[in-house]
Amino acid sequence: MLNINNLHVDLQEEDKQILKGVDLTVEAGTVHAIMGPNGSGKSTLSYVLSGKDGYEVTDGTATLDGLDLLDMEPEDRAAAGLFLAFQYPVEIPGVGNMTFLRTAVNAQRKARGEDEMSAADFLKLVRARAKDLKIDADMLKRPVNVGFSGGEKKRNEILQMAMLEPKMCILDETDSGLDVDAMKLVAQGVNALRAEGRSFLVITHYQRLLDHIKPDVVHIMADGKIIKTGGPDLALDVENNGYADILAEVA
Amino acid sequence: MALANQKQTATEARLAGLTLPKGGWSEPARQAALARLQAMGLPQRRDEYWKYTRPDTLIDTQAPAAAVFVTEESKMFDVFDRLNIVFVDGVYDADASDDLSLEAVHIERLANIAEMDIHWAKDIYGALENNAQKPVERPLAALNTAFAEDGVIIHVTGKPSKPICLSYIHNSVTSDAILHHVVRVDAGAELTLLETGPAAARFNKVIEIDIADGGTLHHIRAQGRDHERRAVTHIFARLGEKSVFKAFTVTVNGVLTRNECVIELIGDEAIAHVAGVCVGDGDFHHDDTVFITHDAQNCESRQVFKKVLRNGATGVFQGKILVKAGAQKTDGYQISQALLLDEDSQFLAKPELEIYADDVICSHGSTTGAIDEDALYYLRSRGVPKGAATDLLTLAFLAEAVEEIDDSVIAAAIVSRLESWLARR
Repeated sequence: MLNINNLHVDLQEEDKQILKGVDLTVEAGTVHAIMGPNGSGKSTLSYVLSGKDGYEVTDGTATLDGLDLLDMEPEDRAAAGLFLAFQYPVEIPGVGNMTFLRTAVNAQRKARGEDEMSAADFLKLVRARAKDLKIDADMLKRPVNVGFSGGEKKRNEILQMAMLEPKMCILDETDSGLDVDAMKLVAQGVNALRAEGRSFLVITHYQRLLDHIKPDVVHIMADGKIIKTGGPDLALDVENNGYADILAEVA
Repeated sequence: MALANQKQTATEARLAGLTLPKGGWSEPARQAALARLQAMGLPQRRDEYWKYTRPDTLIDTQAPAAAVFVTEESKMFDVFDRLNIVFVDGVYDADASDDLSLEAVHIERLANIAEMDIHWAKDIYGALENNAQKPVERPLAALNTAFAEDGVIIHVTGKPSKPICLSYIHNSVTSDAILHHVVRVDAGAELTLLETGPAAARFNKVIEIDIADGGTLHHIRAQGRDHERRAVTHIFARLGEKSVFKAFTVTVNGVLTRNECVIELIGDEAIAHVAGVCVGDGDFHHDDTVFITHDAQNCESRQVFKKVLRNGATGVFQGKILVKAGAQKTDGYQISQALLLDEDSQFLAKPELEIYADDVICSHGSTTGAIDEDALYYLRSRGVPKGAATDLLTLAFLAEAVEEIDDSVIAAAIVSRLESWLARR
């Protein structure tokens, strides 16, 4: 599904190297988690994969089902099936949430050469998916993320994921700013989407999200590299002992 | 004080080509306006009030040629039930116009009443314009009062069942139109006045609006899509107690537009809202000049202007709120914002507040910015292509001003037009 090979990335503005050779393979239908201390490059990895400006790839490759992601516009990556749930979802005053969702769904369908979804079908689908995430009609009508609480913003991200049905979902610290109940709700939304042809890359600081979204593989990232890979137990190790032991072990 | 030579020469040259209509109640008003104009002289580049907009082509003896824009789309407001009054290059078109009778409103043409000995319009025609010549001179409006041969004289006595729509058709490449309308809204009466179309190669239009206590006027205009036309328009409004005046203008294209709006709130608890959106691409210069005077207590005024500019287009906003002594509890608000889609375009804003009362709320703001990169990335990351995402954000920017229109059907019609125009990029 997702293949990242020796990825080196500089932050353009500061001329600073953030990713220093990331290697990562996410197989179809699996859930991978990336944990790591602050500043290790986790969010940068998610931005670079989704195509945000301001980063320069100096070496390495990233492909999605063989397609060279790094050579594509952000909208083309999305149409190819990549989705990033933002750590800080963006507020867009003046654009209704519903308009935004329908525009996105139909833009992706069009890019893939599929027919646009009819207004009636769309409405039916969005209502059903919104209900699962406890998103009410008012939240659908309001401008995108404007005035949403932290929890509402994250649920709105999962709603978009549910509507767009991507095959590769990256969740960037989706648990940050969430209380226990909201985290459960978000995790349920993610788990409902788990499927054979769909993979997840869950970026998080804390093990507790992984209690709800059970990963198949856990990676530890530090200083721009994946320094250790293991099973779900690795996350528990981190929770109990912090990163110090692992960092020392690798060094 | 004698006028500067250049000003004098330009004014004389322009006046040489014009004939003052004679006779009837209107002649003294026209003569007085001509005298005002001769004393002021036509605007020149060096005049402070014209610092950001070159008046040259507005005062030339001939209207610069303007190609007629050909489009298959229907004119704005065509689908509405309305009483339609058509002017082609500034000339009334009886065949294309509806019958001028409608309940609760009396509609006449200036051309038909100007030579009467006596008419109620005498108290308004040129009077509001004259009143608005201080503290800032508006010579092109005086020129209009002196020389306008036609226009619509509307007396609203109740609540007509449908809006009156003035449809302007631009047909001749060199047409030079001057129209002067008068609207009088009686106490408690209410009208929606629509205007649509570019009118002429060069258009000089004045509307004088007198709203009595408790009267309401909604004014919504669309200035057509002709690229090369030029227009200078003035709205002069006088608002009585508890009256409401809400004006909205949408401008797309047009090489030069100067829309002046001068409002005087003279009755307590009057409300005046003026809003506008413009979309300019390339050779486009759009100037909103607004002057609102609070001369009564507990009045509210609101100015909301949004401009989208690209390919070297220029937007200007000169907006002033004057609160006179004694106009306590005034609530004045003003915002002007420009979205620049490239680095070649520019927005020039001059917000002004002048306040002589001590118990008022007045706020103003002005912003100039580009498309929000974070929002653009967010939309693109969801699969919306860059062009469509830019359009969506542009429309969202404009929508805030369109929301100023009370009538949701009219607002939706304007948004849908903006949507289709933006999508053609």
